[in-house]
Amino acid sequence: MNAPTYNFAYLDEQTKRMIRRAILKAIAIPGYQVPFASREMPMPYGWGTGGVQVTAAILGPRDVLKVIDQGSDDTTNAISIRKFFAKTAGVATTTSTADATVIQTRHRIPEAPLHAGQLLVYQVPIPEPLRFLEPRETETRRMHALGEYGLMHVKLYEDIARFGHIATSYAYPVKVNARYVMDPSPTPKFDNPKMDDCPALQLFGAGREKRIYAIPPHTTVKSLDFEDHPFTRYRFDAPCALCGADNSYLDEIVTDDQGGRMFVCSDTDYCETRQAQGHRGTESAAPHKESARG
Amino acid sequence: MYVAVKGGERAIENAHRLLAHERRGDPGVAEVTLDQISGQLSLAVDRVMSEGSLYDRELAALAIKQARGDMIEAIFLVRAFRATLPRFGATEPVDTGEMRVRRRISSTFKDIPGGQILGPTFDYTHRLLDPQLAEGFAPEPPATADVSAAAMPRVTDILGRDGLIEPSPEADADTPVGDLTREPLGFPADRDLRLQNLARADEGFLLALGYSSQRGYGRNHPFAGEIRFGEVEVEFLAEEVGFAVPLGGISLTECQMVNQFKGSATEAPCFTRGYGLAFGQSERKTMSMALVDRALRARELGEEVLAPAQDEEFVMSHSDNVQATGFVEHLKLPHYVDFQSELGLLRKLRKEFSEAADDSSPMQEAAE
Repeated sequence: MNAPTYNFAYLDEQTKRMIRRAILKAIAIPGYQVPFASREMPMPYGWGTGGVQVTAAILGPRDVLKVIDQGSDDTTNAISIRKFFAKTAGVATTTSTADATVIQTRHRIPEAPLHAGQLLVYQVPIPEPLRFLEPRETETRRMHALGEYGLMHVKLYEDIARFGHIATSYAYPVKVNARYVMDPSPTPKFDNPKMDDCPALQLFGAGREKRIYAIPPHTTVKSLDFEDHPFTRYRFDAPCALCGADNSYLDEIVTDDQGGRMFVCSDTDYCETRQAQGHRGTESAAPHKESARG
Repeated sequence: MYVAVKGGERAIENAHRLLAHERRGDPGVAEVTLDQISGQLSLAVDRVMSEGSLYDRELAALAIKQARGDMIEAIFLVRAFRATLPRFGATEPVDTGEMRVRRRISSTFKDIPGGQILGPTFDYTHRLLDPQLAEGFAPEPPATADVSAAAMPRVTDILGRDGLIEPSPEADADTPVGDLTREPLGFPADRDLRLQNLARADEGFLLALGYSSQRGYGRNHPFAGEIRFGEVEVEFLAEEVGFAVPLGGISLTECQMVNQFKGSATEAPCFTRGYGLAFGQSERKTMSMALVDRALRARELGEEVLAPAQDEEFVMSHSDNVQATGFVEHLKLPHYVDFQSELGLLRKLRKEFSEAADDSSPMQEAAE
């Protein structure tokens, strides 16, 4: 039986070249979804295969990789993907947002500002922002080509008519470079403003749907809204219980079955960095914290 | 951090260790071998090879063992391995007319040149659980006869000689067939890509779609023109030597459906075709595939597209069980960041709702 051997960062060089071409095209047309010949990866579709392929194609031996899921470095899938690249590419890994050259993420943008030269790779489940309004790819491609986004505005308007607010709280659609309406992946809308004029290159990979798209550094990214219903961010109105931050996105932790709950930073690196700097919240330690013994 | 919501590296390792333990089962019972899986669960191996798109009985058996018998997981293992293999080129088209036939039936003619051959089949078995098998027993040796020298032309070729069925498209060296594992799929897709998609498609999905076409959702009046199963030779044209080199034999099942005829003022009416092909003995798969192939030809044959089985975007986008299972099962991954966002919105809407209700209640009282 053939013992399998794998290339640096798993993918063969031909495949990487194909993906890099798609990335270059995506950078040239900000917000446009470029079809690419997505490969079958050794992890399931829907678990980050698009992001993994983009990361594999751009990773160099001197890169420092950070992987987060829900803002956290230690969620199971983030650990699994980080281990995959540590094993197949032998690159250095970090949990520090500032030290990383490549950050692969699912559902969050780090709180610490990104800087020039950094790459943020998003895992994308459904790249098409119009998909839930129009299930047919042939139709949505035509709508993008014609810049025909009326359907989306009608949806947002209907939300306001029914609920008094735009009822989209994550994967909130944006317009990139005043041209393409784009799905930012299921990040909370709290993160949307971070995409605008960002000094880092943002790449989006959807493996199952076989699409790559990009936001080049310092590109205008505007969340869709109306003059009389402007876009607003949402965060739970409380400081982080651990580090006291009042500007970070918070996870709700249920502490008992009596309605007890606490709110802590979803970005674990941000929270721990602040705690190391001496910032304190109302709680000294997290509930259910894993004990230190090995 | 939080054990309840965040798992450590050690937790993952321990989970995989436990999985290996569970896979082995009772250590007092002999471990199942790849030869046993390949030889005695051969139809499972055939399915994994077909939907895994890789003809390798040993690897398919390994995948089934590793996947604890979960077929889609086994198919996934084979696919992920296949994706890493270099491509040397494409073989010559296989000639199923030259198949060394082990089973061959036609439901359109009582007798056909070369005869009807039942071969190894569940058909006409009575589905009664067999206690003999539970204990293990040596079956009788199979009945044998001399190999007939008679040719076994495909039934569709016999019909085609009289022009009663549309001809199959000829191979065209200038337009090689597409490969959706190498190029991103676009719509509308031609029949080569549709057939590749269907060949890799989940058997259960195709079965349900084919069945739906029989029940009227895109009916196309099928007859099983011929189903044949056996071995064919695979040849590869080696540029260096300038001729086709045999690579070996593979087992295939082919199903040719004869369907509802078409015709027009300028064209004599003739039957149309639906085609199914799979590795190994995979009759349910190839029959379903042929039904769906024919249904998907609606656009090409000028039929109205009304039913799911006729809708190529619907069928091709959802037929792949590795893609489907990945996305369905990804709901196991944490979603608490987006859920939190949704919770926040919902709480706000509920608060506004109750405030509005409070405001309006005194007025209601006044009205009463």
